[in-house]
Parts: sequence; C-alpha cells; structure tokens
Amino acid sequence: MTYIKPAFRHPKAPVNDLGWTRQDYEGGLSTLCAGCGHDSISAAIVDACFQLNIEPHRVAKLSGIGCSSKTPAYFLSGSHSFNSVHGRMPSVATGANLANRDLIYIGVSGDGDTASIGLGQFAHGARRNLNMTYIVENNGCYGLTKGQDSATMDTGSVNKKGDRNLSTPMDVARLAIEVGATFVGRSFSGDKEQLVPLIKAALSHRGFALLDVISPCVTFNNHQGSSKSYEHFRSVKEVMPLDFVPVREEITASYASGTTCEVRMHDGSMVRLHKQDSDHDIEDRQSALQAIAHYESQGKVLTGLLYIDRDSEELHDQLGTARRPLNTLTEQELCPGSKFLDSINAGLR
Amino acid sequence: MKPTNIKDPEYFHKVVDCQYACPAHTPVPEYIRLIAAERYGEAYMVNWESNVFPGVLGRTCDRPCEPACRRGRVDEEPVAICRLKRVAADNKGDVSAAMPVAPDIKKQGRVALIGAGPASLTVARDLAPLGYEIDLFDDQPLAGGFMRSQIPVFRLPPEVLDEEVGFVLDLGIKQHFRHYVDSLGAVLEKDYDAIFVGTGAPRGSDLSIPGREEADKHIHIGIDWLASVAFEHLSKVGRRVLVLGGGNTAMDCCRTARRLGGEDVKVVVRSERAKMKASPWEIDDAIAEDIPIINNHVPKEFVHENGKLTGVRFTVVDVVYDDGGNRKLVPTGEEVFFEADDVIIAIGQDNAFPWIERDIGLEFGKWDMPVIDPVTFQSTNPRVFFGGDAAFGPENIITAVAHGHQAAISMDRFIRGEDVHDRPAPGVTLVSQKMGVHEWSYDSAVSLEDRFPVPHVDKTLALKDRKVEVELGFDRAVAYREAERCLNCDVQTVFITDKCIECDGCVDICPTECINFLPNDEEAALRTKLRMAADELDQDLYVSDALAQTGRVMVKDENVCLHCGLCAERCPTGAWDMQRFLYQVTKAGQPCSQSKR
Repeated sequence: MTYIKPAFRHPKAPVNDLGWTRQDYEGGLSTLCAGCGHDSISAAIVDACFQLNIEPHRVAKLSGIGCSSKTPAYFLSGSHSFNSVHGRMPSVATGANLANRDLIYIGVSGDGDTASIGLGQFAHGARRNLNMTYIVENNGCYGLTKGQDSATMDTGSVNKKGDRNLSTPMDVARLAIEVGATFVGRSFSGDKEQLVPLIKAALSHRGFALLDVISPCVTFNNHQGSSKSYEHFRSVKEVMPLDFVPVREEITASYASGTTCEVRMHDGSMVRLHKQDSDHDIEDRQSALQAIAHYESQGKVLTGLLYIDRDSEELHDQLGTARRPLNTLTEQELCPGSKFLDSINAGLR
Repeated sequence: MKPTNIKDPEYFHKVVDCQYACPAHTPVPEYIRLIAAERYGEAYMVNWESNVFPGVLGRTCDRPCEPACRRGRVDEEPVAICRLKRVAADNKGDVSAAMPVAPDIKKQGRVALIGAGPASLTVARDLAPLGYEIDLFDDQPLAGGFMRSQIPVFRLPPEVLDEEVGFVLDLGIKQHFRHYVDSLGAVLEKDYDAIFVGTGAPRGSDLSIPGREEADKHIHIGIDWLASVAFEHLSKVGRRVLVLGGGNTAMDCCRTARRLGGEDVKVVVRSERAKMKASPWEIDDAIAEDIPIINNHVPKEFVHENGKLTGVRFTVVDVVYDDGGNRKLVPTGEEVFFEADDVIIAIGQDNAFPWIERDIGLEFGKWDMPVIDPVTFQSTNPRVFFGGDAAFGPENIITAVAHGHQAAISMDRFIRGEDVHDRPAPGVTLVSQKMGVHEWSYDSAVSLEDRFPVPHVDKTLALKDRKVEVELGFDRAVAYREAERCLNCDVQTVFITDKCIECDGCVDICPTECINFLPNDEEAALRTKLRMAADELDQDLYVSDALAQTGRVMVKDENVCLHCGLCAERCPTGAWDMQRFLYQVTKAGQPCSQSKR
C-alpha cells in the first residue's frame, strides 16, 4: 500500500527565491476521489504560491463545507487555516482580514457552498471588495452527498441517474461582475497552463478576486450528457491564454498582434493575455458580460481573465481602518491617554 | 516522438537499472522481494539460475548493479544489492530439490571445457542437464579458477566456493584436475563436438625497472603470490611490504600481507585516487586495516644490497590534463624511498595462450588475442568457443558467467547444426499487481531508511588469522530493512492511452514530477519541455499515443520514477497500472522460434 506520498523528490527540484522547494508548499494526503479536479486546483495553488515566493505562514486558507472545502488541508500545510460553517466562509474571511490585513487570503469554496447556501455571503464579500482570492471549485453537483444537481448545473445537463436538469444555472462569474467583484476569471482544473498564471494574478490583485474553476466530479458528474465532464468541458471551453509576469522579470512571450493586452497590476507585476475577441475590454464590466454572453450563445464557455478593475478601493480603504494588523498595535496606540480622549470629546461638543 | 513500444522486452528491461547493468541480467528486484518475504531458498534459486555463484558473488562481485541502482539517484546510497544476495545464500537451507538433474544417458554430444573457472562451470551447468557429456580440465587440484586462487579466504570462505562449485560438478561432469592442457590441437583431434576455452588471464604483468632481476627473490607477481597463499605454498611475508598497483588484486595482496606478518604494508599507486581501478569499498576495507594508499608515485628502481631488496625508489608526479583531456603524469622532481622487505607487483594481468597452436584454423588478432565473435563467443575455428577473461581480457566473475551462458547457447546450437547467430529471445512476463483500491502485491511504500553497513569481525581477530571471514553479512532483520529500500523498479508503470481522461491526477501526485501531458515533439525538444527537464539522456522517455480529448501525449521520464504506484492509485480509470516485469535471459536448450516476433 502506498497511499502516502514518499518523501523523495526529484534530485534537481528547483528552489524559489526563498530557497524553498515545491514540496514546502504541499499539504496533507488528499482523501478526495482519484481523478477529482479539486486535487488539480490544489496543485495549481501550490505551484502559484511556490512561483510567487509566498511564505506559507503569510497565507490564510479559508473554506466552508463540501468536497472543495476539504482541500485546504491538501495544500500549504504551513499556512493558517479555518474551515468554517457551510456558506459562511466570506464572513470569517471578512473578520480575519479586518483584524490582520497583512495576510494573503485564499478562500476555497464549491458550487453549493457559494451558489446555494452561501450565495448571500458570497455576494456581499464581492460587493465590499474584500481583499482575497475566492476560488469556486465548480463541478455542478453535490459530490459529498451522492451527486445531486447543484445551482451551477447547466440546463439540460443529465445527472448520473439519467435525469435532465430543468433549472437555470447560476453563473458565479457573471454574478461576481454584477455585484462588484474587481477581478473575475474562469478556468478549468485540467488546464494548468491557464489556471496557474490566473491564480498568480488573482493573488497579486488588491480586492476581491473570484475564480470560477470548472472541476469535474469523476464520481458523479463525468459521464456522457454532463456539461461539466472533462470531455465536454474541453470541447466547449474557449481559452484566453495568459502569462503572469512578476515584477522583476522581462516579458518574453508574444501573441498575435491586435488581441494581446497587458495589465499592470497594483504591485507592479504584469498580466499579459491573449483575447479571443478584440471587442472584449477586460476593464469594462459591460464588455466582459457581453463577451461571456456572446460565447454562451454559441454554446461555448469563455475561460481566462474576464474582468479586472485595477484601481479599486478594497474594504480597508473604504473603512479607513488602521494600517497595521490589530495584533501589532501596542497599548500606547490602543489607549493613547486622556489628552486624546479630551480632544475627541471636544470635537463632539 | 513515436509511441514507446513496451512490447519490446528491452524497453522495460532498461528501466530495471540494476538488472540491465548486470552482465548476466540477474532479476535483482525479484530476488530482493523474495528475501523480504523470507523466501531465501527461492531468492537463491532466482540468483543461481542467472549467475550460478550467488554465495561467491554475494561476497565478491564487482556489483555493476549498485552504481546503476535508481535509489542512488534519489537517496544518498544505492541498495546493498550484493550483500542482500549473500543473505539469500546464507539462509537458503537445503536447495538440492530445486537443482536440475543431468540425464544418465548422454546422447547430445561430447564437450570439453578447458579451465575450471566461472565461465567453464557456467557452460557445464547449462549443458549438462541437456544431456551433454562434459570433460572438464584444469591444472589446479580443485575447480574454481581465479575464484579460488585469487580471492583471499578472508573474503570468500572455501566452504562457500566448494558448495557452489559442487552444485555444478554434481551434474555428472567428468573432472580432469591437475591436468595441464598443453595443446589445443591435441584436444581438437579427440572427437569432441565442441570445445570451450575458459582459461582466464593467467599472466601477471611485470615491472621492468632497474634492480628487478637482482632483487628478484623478494619481488613477487601479485596473482601468482595470491595463488601460492591460497594453495598454502606460502605462509609468511616480510615485516615491511610494498604493494604496487591500484586495482582489486592490489587490495587483496595488501590485506593478505597484513595477515602473513606484514606490519608496515603500503600500497603505492602511479595515478591519483580517482583513477584507481579498485572498487571504492575494497579501498575502504584496506584502509580500515591500517594500510595507507599512496598515490601519484611512479616506481623508479628496486634498491638492493648485494641482491637483497632494501626498498623501492619512486618519482613523485603531478597529474596534469591537457586541453584534449589527456592525462599526463609529470614528475615534480621529488623522489621518495620506501624501505621494504618484500614487494608485490599487482599492476595488471594479461592473457597467454602458449598452448594454442597457430596453425589449427584459430585466428589471433590484436594483442595476440584470439578473434572471438562478441555475441556467439565462437572463434574462427567453429568448434572452439571462448569465454571469461580468456575471451576479451580480464573482467570479473559475473562477466565470465554471462559469457558462459551465451557460449553454452552457441555450443548447443552448433552441435545441433543450427545457426549460432540466431539467438533465443528473453523470457518475459508482465502482470498487473493490483489487489485492491490501495493494495498492491508488492510493498509499494518507499522506505526512507539509509543504507545499512555490513558488520565486520573485530579487526585484531581478522588480522590474526587469514582464514577468518571479515564480513559477517546482514542478519535477517537487517536484511529485511535493507530489502525494503529496493524501489521495485521491475514493477512497471504501464500506461493505457485509451483509458486516460486527462484529469492530471497522476501529474499532481507524482512525488518526482516525472509524468507530463504535452503536445508531441522531437525527443530533444520534449526533454527540455517537461516539468523537470529530462537531462539524463541514457534514461528513456515513455511516450504514449495521442490522447483522445486534447491530442497531447503522455511523456514520462523514467529517470527518477520511484515505482511507488501513486499514479495508478490516483488514476480514476485504471489508465495507469503497476505491472511486474520479469525478464529472464534464455539459456541453452530453448528453441529460437520465439525470437521471430
């Protein structure tokens, strides 16, 4: 019985600028089904954090309930982690973020956790522009409870039992753009070439970054007739490739002219992407929504960075909070003395 | 790249690095698993079938398998393959029931074997059960050849050698010992159907520098000196001994000298340490017995007083490499004199065939060596075959055994009137090891333990008595733990393209990042595009057909695959399977029809 990943690694495994190997970003052993897309997303998060030279102890992982929400145990075992109540991850993330704005927040949720029980929390997190990366591992079904259709299941898609879904699907990417998220992308667990740079860009974004990642459920939703199977999603996805260029690196990749666009991120890094459509302005909400609808009308799903607002004010900016994490504030700063109290009182008279 | 043809036995054979490196291609992981399962007798027989002398080789093999061992590429040290072999031999119990039996009626033909070393004994082992009448000739009183005369008893106890030589001789071999064959022509005149020459490389190189003749009484040729000790013609040596040479014979000489009264024994080598031919572990064993190894000293003259040796004068050199990478020993101008009562020259050995006439249709070529076909081991006289050191110069026991197997195939086919160039295909099996969801019929978990050292007998005890074996061998408990270090490289990762749904589960779990899915390309380009660049060019890439969903191919770099089976466990469709690959070199007596695939 193997089950447990051996500690040996490739003798030439690279180290990042911190001197750490990819192994230092791995987590515990996954108990998800073999072939689950969620494991690939975990691996993509590991790759992204390794490549961005993020120290694991500077990351807080948050999740709700569901197969997706188990996965924070399977990556970044050196990070802070909170597995919250079903659909309530955004509240916990908000509280944590307000208390310590210096950490990097990665929320992992599923289609049930986000689009059903947690819809309200999700929408308000996006609306407030909470500074976090929110990944929806979207498989269109409730895998943990034997595969019932979820709110993101496409109309007409057939479940494992053979029943056709008649309800209208919730599109979390579209919803996020509508309610005010400032970074919205869509990707596929089986396409790390796109997913890893997209996660890197999301982590570098200041504000609410939503990634809707189609992640097939091999056990309950990977059959003929399912719209979220590996095979079907591969056949309908329209890929907008992208590169994430860190602050210090030169840009080398080149795409066909006219459809390439460069987005300078808040921290000085750069996202270069190749658009399918020259009319699609990724910095314009309406244009992004139109591009999504345009491909949907053709039976396609547009993937890549769909929308970004680079210069938004995140929740701390809006609230004018302290610039430092609360746990670093000293008694002197928290209790500045009677002189300050007097001046405040004077201001209220 | 074209898809890998895993039906070609050589593809997966090459993945089993240890077996591939072994001249006799012993199925190493197969017997290591049997040792772990405490099935020592079966482990012994897997060895015996392949290399004839497991007990001897488990103590003395040059172990080309160990530098090849995959574990050495991910861990500090390879599996102690050689010493595990000894465990199988030490614990085998009674294996007589498993031994082949030679038929009473010998009607296949008559064969003469000249020299009773490992090559000839292997030929005898392979041909006797087929019903050949075999005459074995040697000038020594006992069989074993260099295994008996060159390997000191403190490394190889005679009982071990006697038993394994006995297994062969018991197959009804007619033994003609103390019988020096002085004419191959005369042997040819007798009506043998085929003759095998396995007479080794019996002549030790000499060193012609001033004083050599005058001081001859105390200057010895290494291999002759070791033979004299082995056959107890000699039991003493001077207090101060110099051994000249840097090979394994030099190591055996200096350690033997320590046991015959040599207190101040030095090994002096022309070249630097890195260029010494001796196995590193043999050098270590010599140093452990207080024998300094002095490098970069070229002997200049034997110094003597009225014919009595007093020592050797050396020129100290620097090793210099020119732009072409050629090595030169450049004298520093310094000279050193080492006092000595005896000097042993162990600087190499040569072949010598004074007993082979040059007018019997047997051609000699370069360096006065017989012209031998490297595949069939047939000489230009079709009735005469060569093997072991006699064929292509000094090698080692395991190489001699490998030659013996191949020569036996040729002799059998020659006598039957078949084409000796038509070689039998290897025997190959490939069987799934899946038992359940997380269960395999091999220990797929990778042990993280370091290599276990073999315990040695107390040094003072060892140096007191030449016959005390130095290495004690692993006990069963340690052998189990060492056996568990084996990565089971013969349990192959077999990829079934049609079943793959490209979920990346295997890519994500693989600890050594050797699995990739990417657009196909030329090999050189693919090697650079993998997750981990495949820069070990002698390690193959396993490439699949184009996949249904994306048209990409699966490319696996075999280099550091741990054979842990996680790819197969993480595969939802069984596109990966762990299949045990057993590759057996076919021996004499098997038909060749299988080779026509």
